[in-house]
Amino acid sequence: MAQAIENPIMQMELSPAQKEARLRFRGFVQEHIRPYAAQWDRDEAVSPKVIDHLRSLGYLGSPVRRSEGSMDPITYGLLTEEIARGCSSVRSLLTVHDMVSIGIWRWGCTELKAEFAEAVAHGDLLCALALSEPEAGSDAANVATEAVLEDGEYVLSGTKRWTTFGQIADLFLVLARCEEKLTAFLVPANSPGVSRKPMSGIIGTRASLLAEIVFDDCRVPKHYMLGKVGFGLSHVISTALDHGRYSVAWGSVGIAQACLDACLHYTSSRRQFGCALRDHQLVQRMLTEMIVHTRAARLLCYRAGYLRSTGDPGAYAETLVAKYFASRTAVRSANDAVQLHGANGMSDEYPVGRYLRDAKVMEIIEGSTQIQQVAIAKSPLAEI
Amino acid sequence: MEDRKIRIKAFLGGFFNSQNLGDDQDIFALGFVNSLLAMQLVSFLEKEFEIAIEDQDLDFENFKTVNNMAVLVERKRSAMLASA
Repeated sequence: MAQAIENPIMQMELSPAQKEARLRFRGFVQEHIRPYAAQWDRDEAVSPKVIDHLRSLGYLGSPVRRSEGSMDPITYGLLTEEIARGCSSVRSLLTVHDMVSIGIWRWGCTELKAEFAEAVAHGDLLCALALSEPEAGSDAANVATEAVLEDGEYVLSGTKRWTTFGQIADLFLVLARCEEKLTAFLVPANSPGVSRKPMSGIIGTRASLLAEIVFDDCRVPKHYMLGKVGFGLSHVISTALDHGRYSVAWGSVGIAQACLDACLHYTSSRRQFGCALRDHQLVQRMLTEMIVHTRAARLLCYRAGYLRSTGDPGAYAETLVAKYFASRTAVRSANDAVQLHGANGMSDEYPVGRYLRDAKVMEIIEGSTQIQQVAIAKSPLAEI
Repeated sequence: MEDRKIRIKAFLGGFFNSQNLGDDQDIFALGFVNSLLAMQLVSFLEKEFEIAIEDQDLDFENFKTVNNMAVLVERKRSAMLASA
């Protein structure tokens, strides 16, 4: 006789608190982000006001274990999606700040955490990841920045590029070579020997205040090293990148949803050949592809979020899958969104051109599509 | 201790054929440990054995063999019990 299954229904629904949080996030974005996103994009800078707002609402540093508790991974995903639906540059602030905050909380020593953990958890100090270099992008293990222990302090020398929010960050998480091994350091931006140069002319996430950071014999206390010598990439940066991929996956869903919103509105109001665009079958095909891929991407994010909530080791691999699929979905949706808008899609009077530029970034950051393809193919196939 | 080793080997079996893996065999020397597996291993040990791996535990020796991982788990659990 077959055994009765205690609870045969798989839970696929947000909790009431998560649903309420999503509405709250949506309201915040509608009022404080979406109306200004195009202007920030043109200005190549988000406003300090919105950063203050994120801080006051506890949205910066929310995934770490603050005294008031951390935001669960699914709720965090909903926050990221809603913010990205309004502005990918603001989403990128959340991503990089939280990547570094998590790195500090996870791998910082007691002394380092006593100094910085609470400040980053509340967004009082803004963080940025200083990983890429002029000659080291996807090949992060090939960074040339060096750190040498001298008189009880680490001395860092090297140049980092493409540092998101590097123009205004207070703290940098830096990957360097120390004793020929990859090692991570936390470097305050006001340390002697740190200089930064704004990088302008970026086509995607234009308002994310990119900078080139130069470390010229920059000295930091010994306890500013995270983890141990040789564990910088494999554990510290990997922890940060794993969170980054999760955030980018949800952010990509946000872009795809924004494309869908824009297209549903545009194709209903725009008339060609005597009827609304939406009534043309080839348009319906594109809308359907957008709807289905966006839902599928969101489901992969839910799956990754669920595994993260339970501390399942499989969460790392599942996050790779979610990031890979969602970022490709964002690009495909944004490409179709521009197409559906025709000439209007090429104008900055409509947001879809910005969505396309921002979506392309998602296929490059926190592991390019090609890097993900290699990693996913090598992942254990137990789930399949 | 033996039970822990079996569980660690079962986890590693998801990544390669661990049936013939010796308790003192260097898993890094086998060439399949990348940063993804390194983090999954930390996460597995934490969840499976209800321990927290911290910055001071980051020593390749701790993760090099099944025996070393079992010893790390034992040490962490003893420390937890002592401080409880």
